[in-house]
Amino acid sequence: MTVTALWWAVIFSGLYHGVNPGMGWPLAVSAALMERKKSAMPKALTMLAAGHFLAMIVILLPFSLMFFLTDNEREFRIGAGVLVVAMGVYLLINRRHPKILARVHPAKLGLWSFLAATAHGAGLMLVPIFLGICGLLEPGNITDTGHAAAQQLMSSNVTTALLVAAAHTLAMTGIGAAIAVFVYFWFGLKFISKSWFNLDLVWAFSLVFVGAFGIYSAYAGHH
Amino acid sequence: MNRPMRPDPTFHASPKLAMEAPPENFAFTVMLGKDSSQHDGIAVVDLREGSETYGQIVHTVMTPTTGDEFHHFGWNACSSSLSPLSGHAFLERRYLIVPGIRSSRIYIFDVKEPLEAKIHKVIEPEELFRKTGYSRPHTIHCGPEGIYVSTLGGGGPDGTDGPPGIFIMDCETFEIIGKYEMDRGKQDKHYDFWWNLPQDYMVSSEWALPPQYENGVIPEDLLSNKYGHSIHFWDLRARKNIQTMDFGENYQMALEIRPAHDPTKSYGFCGVVVDTTNLQGAIFTWWRDEDGKWQSKKTITIDPRPEDPENLPELLKGFGAVPPLVTDIDLSLDDKYLYVACWGLGEMHQYDVSDPMNPVLNGKVELGGIGRRTKHPNGKEFIYGPQMVEISRDGKRVYWTNSLYSSWDDQFYPDQEGGQMVMAQVGDDGSFALDPDFYINFPEGSRAHQIRLEGGDCSTDSFCYPSA
Repeated sequence: MTVTALWWAVIFSGLYHGVNPGMGWPLAVSAALMERKKSAMPKALTMLAAGHFLAMIVILLPFSLMFFLTDNEREFRIGAGVLVVAMGVYLLINRRHPKILARVHPAKLGLWSFLAATAHGAGLMLVPIFLGICGLLEPGNITDTGHAAAQQLMSSNVTTALLVAAAHTLAMTGIGAAIAVFVYFWFGLKFISKSWFNLDLVWAFSLVFVGAFGIYSAYAGHH
Repeated sequence: MNRPMRPDPTFHASPKLAMEAPPENFAFTVMLGKDSSQHDGIAVVDLREGSETYGQIVHTVMTPTTGDEFHHFGWNACSSSLSPLSGHAFLERRYLIVPGIRSSRIYIFDVKEPLEAKIHKVIEPEELFRKTGYSRPHTIHCGPEGIYVSTLGGGGPDGTDGPPGIFIMDCETFEIIGKYEMDRGKQDKHYDFWWNLPQDYMVSSEWALPPQYENGVIPEDLLSNKYGHSIHFWDLRARKNIQTMDFGENYQMALEIRPAHDPTKSYGFCGVVVDTTNLQGAIFTWWRDEDGKWQSKKTITIDPRPEDPENLPELLKGFGAVPPLVTDIDLSLDDKYLYVACWGLGEMHQYDVSDPMNPVLNGKVELGGIGRRTKHPNGKEFIYGPQMVEISRDGKRVYWTNSLYSSWDDQFYPDQEGGQMVMAQVGDDGSFALDPDFYINFPEGSRAHQIRLEGGDCSTDSFCYPSA
């Protein structure tokens, strides 16, 4: 597994989240139609992106700190993988919809996007990939090489977390915006029901798969 | 919990797409037992074009209980599911939630296969009382938090212990979740409600408290203006009453709430049964002004008809006139035509409401009615008057039935008994006339009440995208 491949995984997961109407692109179409102006669409997309980015960050940042602090890198990565698998299994068993989403005011798209991504474990899906990148970016087997080096490593982990969240969100928003624009200008509203597939199970299995990958790569990376 | 892979084909993003969808194949109509010894049920009416049994009841599902008084009902899911905000795009439009307005028992019918429709679940009254403190469930709408149900009664044997309100049910398990309201403001009576989902407002109306209607209308209460005459505007998701609007105490019984279907619009209509100063029926247009405050104006009045007291029921003899009694209204999906049932007069009015502030009477059908008993074009009698009205999605067919509420039927039409469902055709030019061949006589002992059309109709679906 190379760093490049993992970055592609980050991009791919963004595209995967972005094409799913459940992550919000129809709301950008709706906003433009409701306000009768095209400029409402980029505004809505920005709010959706901000909420999604935040949902990634609140998961990835704590993991980047913990990853830095832990002495047992491999066990930590295995634990993170198990957590992601557990989230997938939870979503497989509990097929109910998160009720909290229904209480959000329709204009608060940022908040909605944050809650929707969090409730579906969208941030967790990135954790094994993110940790994989962090692991590969470490210069050899870093032991105690001094305070400065540690600080550098930590800030590099944080930077990586921000970059992963940004790349993922950018990919998600890009594809979502493209679909929204096509629906608004060419395809028409019928496309919304035509293109919507039930990804609940696929999504839950994706979490299980990514989590399992995290566990596997934790082992493989240290052999 | 098996969910389909695609959204239900009867979910439409906009009212316009719903109008362009295939026409209805079936109607589901409430069968109301004429007295408490009869069972209520749902009649399935065949509306498939070219079918040998077109315009006939092809299946009925009767309840094992009696005395429920089925009245209004609704779907477990509708086009509102197509908003990502709701988080449940993959519900099926499959179940009808049918409350007993008298018993407070709620039946869930599975109508996936209309010809094999069956009872799916029963919620006993005690469960409703325990979980909500409400009784006498009425209007059903599916929305962001699940299924919303309005009630006419509070707790206690006569439903006056605490105000009535709305409760929420889970849209998949049909478990009662609990009360909707966090701040009900001045609202102390209830009837109908509907909303605009993207604009996040809800409007609710008032009929009366249970002792005022269960054993018939109470003339003293009516003449002293004690029935409901206000509507309430709510912050839908915050569950708060933001404004109560009093039409004036003489506007007795503010019933059906019909918001414009296009979610970009911030107006709607409410029908008032009777103005006690002159016996007129009235329609109010309500709208939100530029400052965000709700306003209303009486935009339609319908005059009473003078009548020989000899032809009038006891209740009306002293007035020497037939009040229109506006008991139901319905708005076509293009927000163009408002149909107004005048249950007393025996008329169905069609108003062009393209300009909601200046409705124009465009068409009228006379059928039944107090002291007039206009016959159907097929020569048969129509019992009572036009009451619950439902419009096809494409706006070309308008169906209606005849019963209002058991004890009120007996009061206003003491010498009549029966159930009928008829249909009027609407031409491309807006012409409005009864179809002489569509006339369903309900089985002996059953009256007919609300109609729901397979795949949705003009008083069920809430749309989250504009028609543009």
